Amino acid sequence: MKILVAIKQVPERDAQIRIDSSSKWINEADLQWMLNESDAFALEEALQLKEKHGGEVIVVSAGPERVGSTIREALAKGADRGIHVESDDLGRRDALGVARLLAAAIKPENPDLLLTGLQSDDLGYGQTGVILAALLGLPHSSLILHVEKTELGLTVKRELEEGWFQTVELPLPAALTIQSGGTKLRYATLMGIKRAKTKEVRRVAAGALGADFAATVNLERVSLPQKQKSTQLLSGTPKEAAAALVEKLKFEARVL
Amino acid sequence: MSGVWIVIEERDGRVGRISWEAVAAAQQLGKLTGLPVAAILPGAQTEALAAEAAGKALTRVVRLEHAALADYTADGFILALEQLFEKEKPAYVVFPHTYQVRDYAPALAARMHQSLIGDVVSISEGPVFVRQLMQGRLSGEYRHAGSGTCFVSVQSGAFRADHAETGTAAVEVFSPSIDPAQIRAKPGQPFRGSAQTVDLGSAQLIVSVGRGIKEAENLPLVQDLAAALGAELAASRPICDNGWLPIERQVGSSGQSVAPKLYLAVGISGAIQHLVGMKGSQCIVAINKDPDAPIFEIADYGIVGDLFEVIPVLTEAVRTAKQ
Repeated sequence: MKILVAIKQVPERDAQIRIDSSSKWINEADLQWMLNESDAFALEEALQLKEKHGGEVIVVSAGPERVGSTIREALAKGADRGIHVESDDLGRRDALGVARLLAAAIKPENPDLLLTGLQSDDLGYGQTGVILAALLGLPHSSLILHVEKTELGLTVKRELEEGWFQTVELPLPAALTIQSGGTKLRYATLMGIKRAKTKEVRRVAAGALGADFAATVNLERVSLPQKQKSTQLLSGTPKEAAAALVEKLKFEARVL
Repeated sequence: MSGVWIVIEERDGRVGRISWEAVAAAQQLGKLTGLPVAAILPGAQTEALAAEAAGKALTRVVRLEHAALADYTADGFILALEQLFEKEKPAYVVFPHTYQVRDYAPALAARMHQSLIGDVVSISEGPVFVRQLMQGRLSGEYRHAGSGTCFVSVQSGAFRADHAETGTAAVEVFSPSIDPAQIRAKPGQPFRGSAQTVDLGSAQLIVSVGRGIKEAENLPLVQDLAAALGAELAASRPICDNGWLPIERQVGSSGQSVAPKLYLAVGISGAIQHLVGMKGSQCIVAINKDPDAPIFEIADYGIVGDLFEVIPVLTEAVRTAKQ
């Protein structure tokens, strides 16, 4: 099975967020970057399917130079090769615009299965995998926790709301968005890291993909969220803060 | 271009609460733009649902009906809605931001050369649509450009269902043409993951633990605090994903929704998916080392500090206070 995984590099989870001078995005200069969490689960699902059924795992990622390190990380975990869609201005594209770039890069590969994470931890659109399915004409299912290959195609376990699940059968080729937590993630081994250095990463300039369209949705301004409640912060040593909190809960909020 | 359209979602045979919230959002958008607001009910048998929707201030209620829409599939819903939208050419389409909508709306929008503005929390003059970024640590203002349809989904709890204005709407039927062979996925019946033995929904006091606890071995810290308070223990998603606590203790969009008297969040940053499950709590306390964590945006009381230092002394203080 030829499996293609679209992955994204995102700021580290605890990164300090500073809004840049344009007020349109955050200052990326001193951020650390990591592989988006649900994309790591999509990659893991792909690697496990390859181990069971054979085939090839290809990762594709769009973004500037720095994205190369996240592609290498995926190769170190066991992906066979990578495609880097080089773009320094992804931010001016909307969800459809980014998906169009990825679709143009994916199409010539003709994968049997296309996986993405459910949503990115930075923009959080949660749309790329579903749009890719539409652009590539593939049947899809989203919020998937488990993938089983059958004779006819796939049987997947889909998460619904409030603790409910559903099994969905799909023919191949297909696209799935993978929810975090369905399986255990592997770490890259030293051997894997060494081997990743010799694996192929094909670089494609975004401009060469013929997928430039004007965005119809624009992010015009970012700001720090407004507080919905005025939080009383209790300061002092841990002991003082804890004592003050118990006082408040008992006599002010009256919940103890 | 014709008006604001809302796609209503059925829950257990009725219009779900989040769909009424989306009606309220669509009505607000209708006022801002001066456009009429209409509703769509996709399904195989929509008469009863349409009767519910017809009691709201809407110009039209359209039953988008076909036998192939009995069980939700992305293919079926996309085909049906696309045919209706080709005819009606909506200026705006508003969805409730449910798991179902997340499964098909981005593809539907893409087929109409548009991007969905998803998970919107407020709508203002412009119209400007606000949604959260960076796991709730940043707000973003979005605008639609161009002459096509603008697709929007609204976050659960962001608009008030009881603000959906009442009225009387005319009901009509639109029958899309769907060839069953066009529906490629075969959905199974929904099932519960495991027997529910913990009812967090009726708990008065909840201590909830998140990623900040770092290791399963550290859980006794919060278990002791919960025991001292007489509270139920709950968790955010990563804790249950790791198998440290059973999924029935998970609070958030994929777990349970709770509204206790006291919700004490320990080492939980407050991603949107968690907040939608607990923001109705009467008193929210957050203990977190990151002063910018979004949980503090909705907390009544907060301690910025290392939970490994704070929790043991807090447990002690609770025990003393209860003596």
